[in-house]
Order: sequence, then structure tokens, then C-alpha cells
Amino acid sequence: MSAERHSRAMRGLAPGRIALALLALALYALPARAVEPDEVLADPQLEARARDLSRDLRCVVCQNQSIDDSDAPLARDLRILVRERLKSGDSDREVKEFLVARYGDYVLLRPRFGAATFLLWGAPLLVLAGGGLWVLGVIRGRKVGTASEARQTASLPPEDEARVRNLLESGKPDPETRPDRG
Amino acid sequence: MVAELGQMALILALIAALYQGVFPLWAGLRGDRGMAQAARPAAFASLAFTAGAFAALTFVHAISDFSVLNVVENSHSAKPFIYKLSGVWGNHEGSILLWTLILTCFGGLIAMQAGKEDGLARTALAIQGLIGAGFLAFILLTSNPFARVFPAPPDGRDLNPLLQDPGLAIHPPFLYLGYVGFSAPFAFAIAGLIHGRVDAAWARAVRPFALAAWAFLTIGIALGAWWAYYELGWGGFWAWDPVENASFMPWLAGTALLHSLRALETRGVFPGWALFLAILTFSLSLIGTFLVRSGILTSVHAFAVDPARGIYILLILAIVIGGSLTLFAIRAPGLRSASRLAPVSRESAILLNNLFLVGGCAVVFIGTFYPLFAEIAAGTRISVGAPFFNLAFLPFMGLILLVIGPGSALAWKKGDATASLARLRIAGIVSLGFTLIALALYWQKAGAVIGGGLAAFAGLSTLTEFLRRIRPWRAGAVARITAAPARFWSMSLAHLGLALAAFGVLGAGAFPLESIRYVQPGAGLKVGAYEVLLKEVRPGKGPNYDTETAVFAISSGGRFLRDLRAERRFYPVRGMQTTEAGIWSRVSGDLYLTLGERHPEQGYVVRAHVYPLAGLMWAGAAIMGLGGLVGLGGIPGLRRQARRPAQAMKAAGMPASPAPAEQG
Repeated sequence: MSAERHSRAMRGLAPGRIALALLALALYALPARAVEPDEVLADPQLEARARDLSRDLRCVVCQNQSIDDSDAPLARDLRILVRERLKSGDSDREVKEFLVARYGDYVLLRPRFGAATFLLWGAPLLVLAGGGLWVLGVIRGRKVGTASEARQTASLPPEDEARVRNLLESGKPDPETRPDRG
Repeated sequence: MVAELGQMALILALIAALYQGVFPLWAGLRGDRGMAQAARPAAFASLAFTAGAFAALTFVHAISDFSVLNVVENSHSAKPFIYKLSGVWGNHEGSILLWTLILTCFGGLIAMQAGKEDGLARTALAIQGLIGAGFLAFILLTSNPFARVFPAPPDGRDLNPLLQDPGLAIHPPFLYLGYVGFSAPFAFAIAGLIHGRVDAAWARAVRPFALAAWAFLTIGIALGAWWAYYELGWGGFWAWDPVENASFMPWLAGTALLHSLRALETRGVFPGWALFLAILTFSLSLIGTFLVRSGILTSVHAFAVDPARGIYILLILAIVIGGSLTLFAIRAPGLRSASRLAPVSRESAILLNNLFLVGGCAVVFIGTFYPLFAEIAAGTRISVGAPFFNLAFLPFMGLILLVIGPGSALAWKKGDATASLARLRIAGIVSLGFTLIALALYWQKAGAVIGGGLAAFAGLSTLTEFLRRIRPWRAGAVARITAAPARFWSMSLAHLGLALAAFGVLGAGAFPLESIRYVQPGAGLKVGAYEVLLKEVRPGKGPNYDTETAVFAISSGGRFLRDLRAERRFYPVRGMQTTEAGIWSRVSGDLYLTLGERHPEQGYVVRAHVYPLAGLMWAGAAIMGLGGLVGLGGIPGLRRQARRPAQAMKAAGMPASPAPAEQG
């Protein structure tokens, strides 16, 4: 039952509204009872490495679950496979390469840096750099402008007093302030 | 009969919403005031009819009327009554109706303002009406909750057992109050653009809505995380699932909006930016709704994978986001700040805060949609999962925690960086010391430790500034407490809550302990400082499920501490199992036990975890939500403003004239 559930999930956009709505509800966050006691390695260091690796590997028939979180049979197979490779002396990198050769980049929850992902990995820096320049621009180039806000204010709320004070200090007339509107 | 009444109410609500949306705008063009006035009663009518439809759906669920398809698909005669009620929104049709009901409620709130207000609120009301009409038409055209089945089946198919839980019963309403609440700032943003008026008064009109929406969204997200934590059976609380991201992005943008509204209200700066954030926040809320329902990013949360609905929501999205951004591009260049911006001032700090919040939001957005983008553009299938988000997003959170303290210690207009930082020296030294000691102990987890140090700095800075203002050790503290404006309380609570929640997330996320064993009754296992003994496993029966309850005896160092129960339930109608973890929450952390399958020879699978500081996540989120709601108290009209604030300040031993360095 579980296998069918997970493979149906792969197809996503299939027809059949009610059945699918129900299926989608059934898929709603399956309780994850992942690692079974018989999978756990005797060597705690190797087991810790296996757990860390498992969290980076996608259960390829599930929806957004790592093999560490999923109770799908395939996830269990992959967990055991990861542990076998580790026991036979593979490095973490070799384990990942082995799985990528088998399932493609899709299996990696932390995508590798490359032609298809440089925008993704560059995003945080680009966002910070672009935003930082913009903030600098705003702080440097701020002018006393008064296009729209002068049209408001029948009475002066306390916030606007600061503005008036500011105008007085700057010594410049508020070009758009109309006397009749105060 | 009741279902048909509900259906009719929906149609009437649509007509009222159309009236509310179309006529005032048309009247505005023609300068007809009488026509514009009609928007208010139309808004109340739309609210009343939508509420009527919702009541009708609740009624057919409550009496288990299995001639209604929605009830058949999501209910069962043996389901506990409370879940018959929450089942109303535990499905696509009902949840979108709840969404629309909340939208019309906010419409009603704007209508109450529009009575005494000028054109701004009335135009906002019209925009709100148009959005409501869009969603009511969506319900009637693609998602009718009142569809009948003939012949009626003898019983229903039950609600997904995972949804039969108190946490998840109230999670969607809070989340929607948050999502949909941001429709009001959006409507005001469009109105502001139309009227060309975005100033302190505009910010004052928008702030209560933004504040309420933010508080509800905070609580809604926390409830979802809490539910995942105790119900899914492995202590996970945040998986960076697309739908979780969909609720988190409006939260980030909405937090930025709240801060920029504050700057606009006090100093008249960044009007265009605040407008943009109001548009962005609601757009992200709509995208969230779209993500859940369209199936474009199928995730564990996907409600209804149906292309017709997806296309309709995509259409709404295109109109709302495209239209508002076009209007923004045309009108926003005419907006100017009302005052000069000093590089060292509270408003500059808020600009920095906005940069980090919106930057983090952009990273989450890019990560969420990147697989789709890569597949379309490059034809490669890749996954972007939790490891990416932790690495790419959490540094933004760190930056936010870093600027909270110094930023809120700066004065408006022109701050004194040296004096402000000097006030925070104790907070800085303590958190730096903490970080260095923790680094020496846990150098492998440097990222989490540094995050903890930054959270400590944010929390201690907030406390420092709070104590500096209240000075509980000097006479007159009570007067100072009552004189402190609600916004000061609001800010202090929200910042403190964030710091606590960050501590909890880092503790439970980065320092969990775990032990997974086969255990026979009478035997046990160890996790952390605890010895866990499985005393017995009892079978039992719930109202609509069979259950096995494991009773554990918890001891530490041979000393018995308490019993703890964990449950495994089987719901026969859906053939599904759920786990009810046994959780013992202590200040230092949670002991978390689950019962798994039974293997004939080896015994039961028992998973025991310790999640350090986990309780702080929920406490912190609750304090943040409280902070948001407390802020509502400072809004004129909701509470009478403190009488003669000058006298109250004098009594509190403060200068009578409002100090230029206004706090809060």
C-alpha cells in the first residue's frame, strides 16, 4: 500500500478530481517512522555520518522527505545502501556520487553548485549585495521631498510636528504646502 | 435544504461583493458621492451572507448530512463532534470558504472605519470587495462545498486522522486570519496609490490590520510547527516544505511591513517602500494559497490537485499582482519621504532590518521555486531541500538578530551610535562570553552556537532597553509601566519572543539526542540522562479508532521521576495510523517518546529523543503573538489613549516634553 501511495505521489497532476483530492489528503504529512533499530550501525561515528548523509538525500518517490524522515520502502533500502557503502569505506562524497549516478541530481536535497544552480547558490549574496547598494543609495541620496504628503493634514498629529520642525530647521520653504490647507 | 440555503447565500454574497467593489470605483470616477456610500452596507451584506454560507456548511457537517458530498468525503458518523466542526475547514472547499469569510470580516472592519473616514478607506473597501468577489466566484465556479450526492451513502469516509487533532483544528483559522488579514494593508495600498496619499495618516490606518494579521500568522505558523512536532512522531517541526515556505514568506514580508509602517508613521520616511511591502505581503499570501491548491509544487500539504482550480487561482494572482505592481510603477515615483534620513537613526536601522527580512524572503522564494525554474529552463530535475534553506536562509536570521538590539536602542531622526552601543555593553559582553564558551564545547556546531549567541544578544538587549525605561528598582516604576506606550510593550515582547523562539529552534534542531531500539515490555533504553523503562503496552478503543498505549517509567540516575505515555492509533475507516508522542516538557528540554511497530521476537520499536530547549519555541512564538496583539491596544479608537500623557510622564519622573528619542 505504501509503495503505491508513494508512486502515485510522483505523478502529481493526474486527472480525476475527487479521487485525487482524497489521495492528496491521504498524503497529507505521513507520520514518519523512519530509521528502524535493525538498520542502526554498531559504530556510533559511522552511524552519525550515515544520519547526516541521509538528511541530505531525498526519498525520490516521496514528497519533500529525506530518506532519514521517510518510512517508504525505497527510503529504507537507500538508508541500508548508504550504510553498506560507508562500512565498505566510502567517503561521504563517494556515497553521494554513487547515488547521483543512480538517481540523478534529484536525489540531492542540497543541490551541487553548477551551471544549473549557480543562480540558486548565488541568490543570498546577490540579494544582500543588491539590497545593500540600494540601502546605501537611499541613505546617501535622501532629499527633503514633499510631493504628496503636503496635501494631507487638516490637523497636525504629533508625528507631523517632527516634519514641521525639520522643515523649519532646513530653512527651505515647503514648495507644495498650500496655506489654505494648513 | 440547508445546503441550498448556503448555496444561495454564497450567490448573494458574490452580488454584494461585486456591488461593494465596482460601484464606489465607478462613482469615484464620476464624482458621485451617494453611490460611493453604498459600499459600506454592501460590505456588511457580503459579510453576513458569507457567514450564513459558512454557518450552513457547519450545520450540515455537525448533523452529518451525508447527502452533501463535502460531508461524505470528510466526515464520519462516529467522528468526535469537535472534529465534525473542524472538518468544515479540513478540506479544500471548506477552507477556501473560511478564507473568504475572513476576507469579508476584514471588509467589515474596513467598512466600520470607512464610516467616519474619507475616501481612502472607502476606496480600500472597494478593493477588498473586488478580491472577495474573485474568491466567491472561485468557490461557486470550481469549489462548491454544497454539492449533493444522490443516493446519499450510509456513512462518510472520515476526515484524515492526522487532522483529527486539537492543534490542527485551530491551525488553519489562525493561519488564514494572518494570510487574509494582509488583504487590508493591500487594499489600503491600492487606495493610497489611487489617491496619491501615502503618509503618516495612511500608516496609522493600515497598522492595526497589519499588526493583527501578523500576530495571527505568527500564532498560526507556530501551531502548525507544534502539531508537526508532536503528531508526526519524530520531533520535526519545520521541514522547509513548499507549503510551509508559503506561510513563512508572507510572515517575513509582513514583519518588514510592520517595521516600515512604524518608520512611516513616526518619521514619514519610505512611503513607496511601505506600499510595496503591503502589496508584496498579500501577493505572497495569495501565492501561498495558490501553492497549496494548484498542485504545481506537489507537497505533503497539497489539498486538491486540480488544474482547473490552479488556472483560476493563477488568473486571480496575475490580476492582483500584475495590476497592483503596474499601478505601483505608475504612481509610486510621485511619492516622497517627508523628512531627511540620517545614516545613524532608528529609521536607518529599520531599513537594514527590512533589507535582511526581504532578502531572506527572496532566498526562500528562490529556493522554493528553483526546482520548477530549473526544470523549465534547463530541463534538469533538481531538489532544493532543508539543507539548502538552513545554509542559505539562517544567516539572514542571524543578521536580523544582530541588528535588533542596536537598532531599537537608536533614537529616531538622529541617533547616537556610541551611546546606544554603550548601553548594550553588558548584553554584548555576556552573549559574547556565552558564545565563546559554547564554541569551545561544541565547535562542530559552530553555526548553531553563533546563532544562539546572536539570539542571546537580541534577547538581552531587549531586556536592557526595557529595564532602562521601566527602572523597576526606582520609585514610580508602576507609573512608568502604565505610561509606557503599547507599542513599546509590543516591540519588547515581540523581540524577546523572537530571541526565545530562536533559542528553542537551535536547541531542538541542532542538539537533539536519540536512541532507537527494540524493547520488550519490562526492558528499557537510555537517552541523554534519562533511563526509559517500557512497563506495558495496553490495547484500547477510542471513539473512532483502535489504540495501543505504551506506559513508560522515566528515571534518571536510578531515581524514579514519572510515568509517560505514548500512543499509536489505527483509524479503520481510512486505514491509517497516527502516533501520539509522549512528551515531557521541561525548561531544559523535552523528553520525547514514540511507540512503533511490534516485531514478534525483538519487541516494540521505541524511539526516544531529547530535544533541548524545545519548549522555548512555543513560549517564544506565544510571546511574539502576544506582542502583536498588545500593540493593538495602542491604537486610538480601540483603546482610549492615555489621558494627559505629559502628566503621567511627570509623575513617572520623566521630562514632560516628549523626548526626541521616543522609545518603542
